[in-house]
Amino acid sequence: MKPNDDESERSALSRRRFFNSMAAGAGGAALIAGPGEGRDPRLEAPPDRAETIRIPLTVNGRQHSLTVEPRWTLLYALREQLGLTGTKPGCERGECGACTVLIDGQVRYACMTLAVEAAGASITTLEGLMRGEELGPVQQAFAQEDAFQCGYCTPGQAMSAEGLLRKSPNPSVDEIREEMSGNLCRCGAYPHIVKAVQRAASMRKGGVS
Amino acid sequence: MNPKPWGDTAVVGKPVSRIDAYERLSGAAIYSLDVLLPDMLHAAILRCPHAHAIVKKVDASAALAMPGVRAVLTDADQEARIPWHPDAQGKPVSRLFDPHCRCEGEEVAAVAAETPQQAADALRRIRVEYETRPFVIEMEAAHRAGATQVHDGGNYVYPPGTGDTERGDVAKGFAEADVVLEETYRTSCEIHTTMEVHGSVAKWDGKRLTVWNTTQGVFDDQAALAAALKMPLSDVRVIGHYMGGGFGSKLNLGKYTVIAALFARKTGRPVKLFLSREETFLSVGNRPAHTMKLKAGVRKDGTLTALELNGIGTVGAYTDWTTVGYQVADLYLCPNVRVKELQVYTHAGQSRPFRAPGFPQCSWALEQMMDALAEKIGMDPVEFRLKNIAAVSQAEENKPYTSTGFAECLREGARVFGWRQARERKKGDGAWVRGAGMAGGMWGYAGGPPSTAIVRLYADGSVNLNIGASDLGTGTKTVMAMVVAEELGVPLDRIQIESADTATTQYTGASGGSKTVMVDSPAVRAAALEVKAALVQMAAGQLQAAASGLSLVNGEIVSADSPDKRVKVQDLKTLKEQQVVVGVGRRGPNPAGKVIRPFAAQFAEVEVNTRTGEMRVLRMAAAHDSGRVMNRLTYENQVFGGMTMGIGLAMTEQRILDRETGKMVNANWHDYKIPTMKDAPADMTCVAIDPHDHECDTTSTKGLGEPAMVPTAAAVANAFYHATGVRMTSAPITPAEAIAALSKRRKG
Ligand code: FES
Ligand code: FES
Repeated sequence: MKPNDDESERSALSRRRFFNSMAAGAGGAALIAGPGEGRDPRLEAPPDRAETIRIPLTVNGRQHSLTVEPRWTLLYALREQLGLTGTKPGCERGECGACTVLIDGQVRYACMTLAVEAAGASITTLEGLMRGEELGPVQQAFAQEDAFQCGYCTPGQAMSAEGLLRKSPNPSVDEIREEMSGNLCRCGAYPHIVKAVQRAASMRKGGVS
Repeated sequence: MNPKPWGDTAVVGKPVSRIDAYERLSGAAIYSLDVLLPDMLHAAILRCPHAHAIVKKVDASAALAMPGVRAVLTDADQEARIPWHPDAQGKPVSRLFDPHCRCEGEEVAAVAAETPQQAADALRRIRVEYETRPFVIEMEAAHRAGATQVHDGGNYVYPPGTGDTERGDVAKGFAEADVVLEETYRTSCEIHTTMEVHGSVAKWDGKRLTVWNTTQGVFDDQAALAAALKMPLSDVRVIGHYMGGGFGSKLNLGKYTVIAALFARKTGRPVKLFLSREETFLSVGNRPAHTMKLKAGVRKDGTLTALELNGIGTVGAYTDWTTVGYQVADLYLCPNVRVKELQVYTHAGQSRPFRAPGFPQCSWALEQMMDALAEKIGMDPVEFRLKNIAAVSQAEENKPYTSTGFAECLREGARVFGWRQARERKKGDGAWVRGAGMAGGMWGYAGGPPSTAIVRLYADGSVNLNIGASDLGTGTKTVMAMVVAEELGVPLDRIQIESADTATTQYTGASGGSKTVMVDSPAVRAAALEVKAALVQMAAGQLQAAASGLSLVNGEIVSADSPDKRVKVQDLKTLKEQQVVVGVGRRGPNPAGKVIRPFAAQFAEVEVNTRTGEMRVLRMAAAHDSGRVMNRLTYENQVFGGMTMGIGLAMTEQRILDRETGKMVNANWHDYKIPTMKDAPADMTCVAIDPHDHECDTTSTKGLGEPAMVPTAAAVANAFYHATGVRMTSAPITPAEAIAALSKRRKG
């Protein structure tokens, strides 16, 4: 189900409004509290629970209709509403890449994207790289090169690799290092991740597996 | 009796991709943070924003009235008055929500609500009155007379002099030296920042508690939780199947686990409590900063005559342990050594073990000193170290090592790195100059019993392996399955693993101290051998042959004398009757009178921009003696990971506390930089030195995870020196520090 133009217009508007109020909350606290009131703006009542929005979301090819709060991130909606826990939270503030997904084919941090922002978009998560019960090429390459240790950053790494290879099927080592540098790995599996991306590139072209 | 050491192996030592790769790559692996239970509540903790304060009043009434809020816990709740933070004598000095907050981030109250957002909203509605107090955050200041006291007994964690060691005649040793150098080195406080944040899910069924915890040791947590809640072990189940990194920070039971359990009991619903990334910077440990004054004497021929270390470190606000002197006393031959260390309290987050606690810090000092000494006497740094290799552990009453491959590490490492060529290569005369450096190192700990493992062989010959250990990402499960495959000839894809669950697996210590493989793989081997012996017994009866002449080959039991006497495992009648064979293996004791230690040497080539102070690590090579290599693929990965973390210590990682407020100003990954893919060189190599140590344990293994980061930072610092001629004594070497030092030298 694709949203009609009206709907996307409306969600675009409410998104803008939402961001505006966020900006005021962060930078212009005194304005919200009102002059002289001296109230801590953080003590203002949070958005009412009832204030929810229904959004269409296509995730790994399946269409969903979700009821979300405007402040929910895509990460939260994927994990807690759809139970797709392959996408991991690492920082929830755009620093680590653990939450990386593809939004309409683009590499994005799901923690920095509101669910309402993603309305109507097509999302691919780690689960979406599977071919039935089999690992997809990027996943297989990660397994073969041992491109992870604890495996917690790995879904994000795999999604960044997938996004990179869709854009650039034959990346150089420098390109890989540049494009993947938004995905932290505290275990330090980086050298193996580079190899895995290279292997995945040749697998996608029907080369060695 | 110990089994014979392996000769040639069929599985062990080969590069094998992980047995749980599918789970981790498909999203099927459920990390504790992924646990979703029906009807689950979400909890969050309110933390003290001050470095030192007394909580005068907590008013949670507004929070309780918020939508979705189901419970609040504060120090006013009797059930929450659980003692915490034992001092050096083991006496608790604090409690779960203690009103006396001795550092930023101490727990003041907690909320449980229907959604995480509601819990976060409610936290902001809790009104707390704090009375702020003076604080001390710098360890040198805490050590000064009249300093603000963190605890009533003063700021020394242990009375000065505790643990100091001395051997030989240090004054005489310095008198005999041709060159004596003295330098003060510093390392910064580092935060573990595991990728998966700390937290737990707790659920009660009547009097029984189940906890999903992101932890390095389910059994340690079970014991600590049972003690905190005054329950028998049988009522506490801790599950830690998958966890996203520990590095030492998940060895201790966290308050969050207890709080989740209290909420779950109070509300009668499952409760999830995970910290935010920012909280993990404050409240779940660190590698404390250290200041090390090191004096060393050497003769022109490269003989060390004396070493003296005066160190000071801080454990933060509560008792822990931070000493660094072991390598000074043990790594290099030296007859005269004095180590004096002070450990002080400060009003900052408590330290926890962090990958080789104390060792990378010591290397930073000792290995830079070795580099400087070598230069002074005109000797190559590798040669100089080779001149001072110890065969016995000088720190442990001169007991012999079961093996030392340190000399081999130095030689082989230098060879694969191309040390001589790298040292002679032109440094460059533009803005960028390059240089090569190296460092040696060791890890000062070896694991031992207890550990119990169970191998179950099913009627079709496939296996269930049951181990208590947590796989932190080190590949524990894969290595243990390889041991079973080696002994029983069962293919890896026919081995299912049950691990890290106190209800279904057997006791072993926490995965820490680089001891998991050396502790658990002998237990697994013993269990597999017991299964093998049972199968051979069954075959002996069936084939009418003596068991001593039978062996298990490729899933068949075959007689050595008459090869026609053979039976497939799944055709064993007794196995068909029983349907299962169970082998129980236990870890035996370590050899008496000997010391088990892994060793390492690492080499780095760097490039430094003399105008901007930027440094790039171009390539690294490591040579490690960690005993037998169990899995070549995961071995290499772990060494690279250790070096990457060491690069963080050398170049970027540093907790920064604000002098005015005592608060951490970089409690996030944006401002606290850990290495990215661009910071770790793509060109890393590692060689394994196997000393064929058949004494250390029955799989000939020592530890790897920690030694992998011990020498790294020092090797990088030595390479910086080689490139620039400037000695950087404080870690991290940031561009700002580097440019200051470089321009100071230019000015002369
Ligand atoms: S969780 Fe999204 S970038 Fe860290
Ligand atoms: S594999 Fe552990 S953080 Fe990347």
